[in-house]
Amino acid sequence: MAERITLAHGGGGVQMQELIRRELLPACDETLGRALEDAALLPGAERIVLTTDSYVVRPAVFPGGDLGRLAVCGTVNDLAMRGAQPAYLSLGLIVEEGTEIELLRTVMRSVQKTCVETGVKLVTGDFKVVEKHSGDGIFANTTGVGFLRSRSAPSVSRARPGDKVLLNGPLGQHGVAILAARGELTLQATVESDCAPLSDLVEALLEAGGDGVHTLHDPTRGGLAAALNEIAQTAGVAVEVSERNFPRDPGVEGACDLLGLDRLQVANEGKLVALVAPEVAEPVLEAMRGHASGRQAALIGEALEGPAGRVTLRTVLGTRRIVDSPSGELLPRIC
Amino acid sequence: MPEEVALAKEVRALARQIARAVKKPVQFMEVCGTHAHAVGRLGLRQLLPEKLTLLSGPGCPVCVTPTGEIDWALELAATPEITVATFGDMIRVPGSRQSLADLRAQGANIQVVYSPMQALELAVEHSDRQWVFIGVGFETTAPTVAATIQTAARQGADNFSVLCCHKLIPPAMRALLAAGEVRIDGFLAPGHVSAILGLEPYQAVADEYHVPCVVAGFEAHDILRALLALARQVREKRAAVENEYERTVRPEGNPLARAVMEEVFEIVDARWRGLGVLPQSGYALREKYARFDAVRRYGLRPSNAGEHPLCHCGEVLRGVRRPLDCPAFADACTPEHPLGPCMVSSEGACAASYRYERIGK
Ligand code: SF4
Repeated sequence: MAERITLAHGGGGVQMQELIRRELLPACDETLGRALEDAALLPGAERIVLTTDSYVVRPAVFPGGDLGRLAVCGTVNDLAMRGAQPAYLSLGLIVEEGTEIELLRTVMRSVQKTCVETGVKLVTGDFKVVEKHSGDGIFANTTGVGFLRSRSAPSVSRARPGDKVLLNGPLGQHGVAILAARGELTLQATVESDCAPLSDLVEALLEAGGDGVHTLHDPTRGGLAAALNEIAQTAGVAVEVSERNFPRDPGVEGACDLLGLDRLQVANEGKLVALVAPEVAEPVLEAMRGHASGRQAALIGEALEGPAGRVTLRTVLGTRRIVDSPSGELLPRIC
Repeated sequence: MPEEVALAKEVRALARQIARAVKKPVQFMEVCGTHAHAVGRLGLRQLLPEKLTLLSGPGCPVCVTPTGEIDWALELAATPEITVATFGDMIRVPGSRQSLADLRAQGANIQVVYSPMQALELAVEHSDRQWVFIGVGFETTAPTVAATIQTAARQGADNFSVLCCHKLIPPAMRALLAAGEVRIDGFLAPGHVSAILGLEPYQAVADEYHVPCVVAGFEAHDILRALLALARQVREKRAAVENEYERTVRPEGNPLARAVMEEVFEIVDARWRGLGVLPQSGYALREKYARFDAVRRYGLRPSNAGEHPLCHCGEVLRGVRRPLDCPAFADACTPEHPLGPCMVSSEGACAASYRYERIGK
């Protein structure tokens, strides 16, 4: 039977990682392109960082954001995770025949506003229309270029045993907001997406922690579970986080309980997890808390010697369990 | 977080009481996938004394659906004029040859829905196609499916039908005890199912086999309190039905929901994965609603298709084998490449062990 792409291949979990490694990475540059980082450094252009991302969120407008804001924030954040100051952006739009112009206007207003907010300049773009049913509303792609703030870029491979794990706020707001906005579930809670640019927060945090900031990663699709598993696997460490220290959002927690979702696996669009040397953990946490998108920042755990790649959670009951990368396709098209 | 600290304290106190109550080795069984997952997610086995073994039973509805019925769903989905509507849980469950996810990737019309009513709404909206809802579930889901069939009848939605694979939990509990293959000193009775059934059906189990049944909710303290009640009954050699989930389960259950089921379904012998055909253990549509029955509408033939030769789901569902003791576990069988439904269904025992309990593996 011919193997085919399934929605699980786009879920941000194990199947997607497998597919990327097997089918996509071989075409990437051997030394530069295979690290699975949020953004790439470019030797020869020492300070330049490059990334790209596509956005297919449904619905295109949701509580707390829309496709336009997401398309700018997502790419700006990927640059920020490598310690880059985001500078330039391209925008490609694929629009389905029949889409209301007003939706395009809404998206573009958000793009413009978010560019101003983050100080990034939209400098080139592309626009295509496809026949009805060849797309769904508007799909967007943004490519971002940024400049490294300092010599040593944070990287998922730099996490070390003993590093403290910091998180800037409660988990799961974006995923739950999207689910609620789809109206497929009867949710009383009005949860807003956390969709937000993180470049200023990263600037503050790097200023406080400098070279001690080893890893920054944004837990988007697949949530914190996928992000920590990627870090643990790439850096060859174990990670243990403690539920008791997690920043809270009762609205999201209630919704997750009701729907049987694991908040660790639900998507975020304005969160970052930082692994920092223990001696800078306090100042970095302070710096995060002094920032609008880090008010609820908390120290949630620690990197350990091993076993390499294992992520565990200490529950509020004091028991321990595995934190697995999500599998399957629970929430398609969340970003 | 004062409430959480208090809760953790209460849970630890309960664990100590359980340890004191358990004198001789005991084996309790949960028969509810939501319990299986709560136990894994909360790491509750770590709080139990060594003498207490908590087994998983046939409590995951997708898992107990035999391969033959999965193949029916696949056969329907492969029919061009049919759109199959299903809970997401069924999508990646392997049939004899492939899964709904495979078929969908090949272009079959498969729609994930969150309720049977949503499936009916879609059928009404797209009346140029045939819609079949895959009805999988225990007494918890069956009432909403029954109500949907009633609505379809009222609306004359002739392009809608249900593949009825619904099964009943108490007959499975009795079958396990009758077979005597695994020692069960008490049942952790399922909270949601009991909210519909009430306590009465467990009385027969307790009386006939002298095995206590305690209804439990899904929080850590709910589950531990029920385990404590079971341990005390065993120590006192009692076999009673108790309700430790009173905030949701009334003794009489939900008579209204049962009346709806009664009106739409009749109780029939049904085939279970791992347990074979159990008398009076499943639902089928009554004659009156025959036109909404996908089996009759599409002339589906019974099939005896078995499990994957390497898969031990049958033994897992009977509580004879723990998921961690299946040779394929986390090896040939993972959530990405499942050999059996217990690994992919969100309520499956193997999925719970894989997700949460692989610490030593
Ligand atoms: S681990 Fe896989 S093969 Fe083994 S019983 Fe579970 S589902 Fe079946």
